Amino acid sequence: MNRIVAIAAAGLMLASAPAWSVEPGKSAPAREQAGKVVFDQWCSACHGPNPRLAGTLALQTKYEGQIPAALEERTDLTPDIVASFVRGGVAWMAPFRKTEISDAELADLGAYLSKTPAQRRRK
Amino acid sequence: MAQLPPGLKASVFADAVKAMQAAVGAEWVFTSDDDVALYRDAYSLFHDEPEERVASAAVAPRSVEEVQAIVRICNARGIPLYPISTGRNLGYGGSAPVYSGSVVLDLKRMNRVLEVNEGNASCLVEPGVSYFDMYKHLQATGSKLWLDVPDPGWGSMIGNALDSGGGYTAAPYRGHFEAQCGIEAVLADGEVLRTGMGAMPGSETWQQYRMGIGPCLDGLFRQSSLGIVTKMGFWLFPQPEAFMSCSVDLFRFADIEPLIDLVNELEYGNIFNGMPSVGSPVMTRGNAMMFQEIPPEAEMDRLVRETGLPAWRFSVSFYGPEKVIRAQWDYVRERFGKAFEGAQFHENQFVKLPLDAAAMEKVAKARFGIPSLEIFAVGSRSPKNPEPSAGHIWFSAVIPRSGKGYVQANRVMRQECARLDIPLFMFSPAVTCWTRSFVLFAAVPVSNDVAANKRLRASVQEVIKVCASHGWGEYRCPPAFQDAAMNSYSFNNNILRRVNERIKDALDPNGILSVGRYGVWPKRLREGRSA
Repeated sequence: MNRIVAIAAAGLMLASAPAWSVEPGKSAPAREQAGKVVFDQWCSACHGPNPRLAGTLALQTKYEGQIPAALEERTDLTPDIVASFVRGGVAWMAPFRKTEISDAELADLGAYLSKTPAQRRRK
Repeated sequence: MAQLPPGLKASVFADAVKAMQAAVGAEWVFTSDDDVALYRDAYSLFHDEPEERVASAAVAPRSVEEVQAIVRICNARGIPLYPISTGRNLGYGGSAPVYSGSVVLDLKRMNRVLEVNEGNASCLVEPGVSYFDMYKHLQATGSKLWLDVPDPGWGSMIGNALDSGGGYTAAPYRGHFEAQCGIEAVLADGEVLRTGMGAMPGSETWQQYRMGIGPCLDGLFRQSSLGIVTKMGFWLFPQPEAFMSCSVDLFRFADIEPLIDLVNELEYGNIFNGMPSVGSPVMTRGNAMMFQEIPPEAEMDRLVRETGLPAWRFSVSFYGPEKVIRAQWDYVRERFGKAFEGAQFHENQFVKLPLDAAAMEKVAKARFGIPSLEIFAVGSRSPKNPEPSAGHIWFSAVIPRSGKGYVQANRVMRQECARLDIPLFMFSPAVTCWTRSFVLFAAVPVSNDVAANKRLRASVQEVIKVCASHGWGEYRCPPAFQDAAMNSYSFNNNILRRVNERIKDALDPNGILSVGRYGVWPKRLREGRSA
């Protein structure tokens, strides 16, 4: 239930225009690889697999284990959802500015997190 | 959402935007509402109120020359400019300006580590360099130097030092402004100043001798509105051979005064170099983050007897060669054993350095200069905290480093927080990264509820006054309280603020830089105000 609300909210926040844009000419694998770099730089300190990290702890509590707490284990993320949280923030997670995560990097991050863990591991 | 500088014609602002685009490239000038909204203070106490401090635009230069160009553009047009480093000073304003309508000068793109000098154990960095960035750099280059980090690793080394942030390793490195050596700053007219030995062309000692000649000007840039710091040097900590943390438990209320006197003697005499703390297991039973009000002596001694918990716990740590730090701990034990009947001693952790990967997972990272964001878990949604707040602010008053001051500040602050119904999620014992003072920290959750925030603002203003009546002043605070905090330093009819204003008028006559930061306003915005 919580998950549905979160996704609906993400959709509303993006009703006007997407907060990310795909860089033309970049292959999908290259985007996903670049997205992994963005994740490691900006997200993993809170959203890595360690259950004591702020983001992972919060998502474990929120979804009570119905979906994975660590973002890289999720199978339901889309670029829109990722962008809405990166640019909108939530609770103590302040939004990220474009000097931190550019629109192109955000698109890469969205591409990376939209893959399922199995797809990521096949690379 | 974006708000033009008050009193500025839209055509002048548009002209400035065009000039800034020419200076840094159009993609690095942000003017749309969505982009400017990213510069809101995520933990603002004015969230969605007319008083919320919001930017007119943001501009992100890549070099000192671009900073100079932007400053000149703004100075010529009277446009307020508010520099941020990484913009992650959350709880103290984040990336928002203090004065609405300011253009935020976002220095995140200036993220070069300019030098690491192994022999001198120093570095020179730009403001966009975060603790994470520097740690990675030191690791990648095989450096034998340690950083000293605050709790959140995404902060800027320069920004944190300029706001008097602190960390957790050895004494010379914990106070980040105190560990700086050499500043380069762009002044309001676009000129570049270098402090200390940086003022001498060809000097190789910019990161060795801080003072140079004449009045030491570094302090002009701490919590200030006088310049934009574009480079700063820091002293780094040569990696020690070992680390040991220990503690001493004492069981009588009356021990507190001789305890703190002895801690002071030992720290000032360099018997230990790690960060000390004096806590109270009996007063934090049930919730380690909430130090309760210290009761009268007889009551506290009764609680100690009933619970078996120590009244006081002195925690101490040592960095250095194993045989040296073991000898230091032996001496600490000897002194406490002689001074306190029934003292109990604990060696809690001993590790050889550098840490291996497995050990790294078991330690408090900041004690080892390893940046992380683990601290944010204290506010996460969790079984104990099912409805997380929107953010937090810190209240942090400098209090006397004595047993009497420790107890009195605890009681006054706890009573005031209770009287004013201030919500708290952390109330610390007196702690400090500085070797000569204590700071009492209270962490207060922030909501997005306008009425609750109004109440909270009024309550904190009251606490600032009460603290000032005891001579306790905040060392750092969010923009909502910077005027009140500065005004509480009121010796001789607020001459501290008035001298700051005179310097402001001299160095920044058009009043464009960091307008209002820490209670210093340019002439046009303070006229008519009484001292």
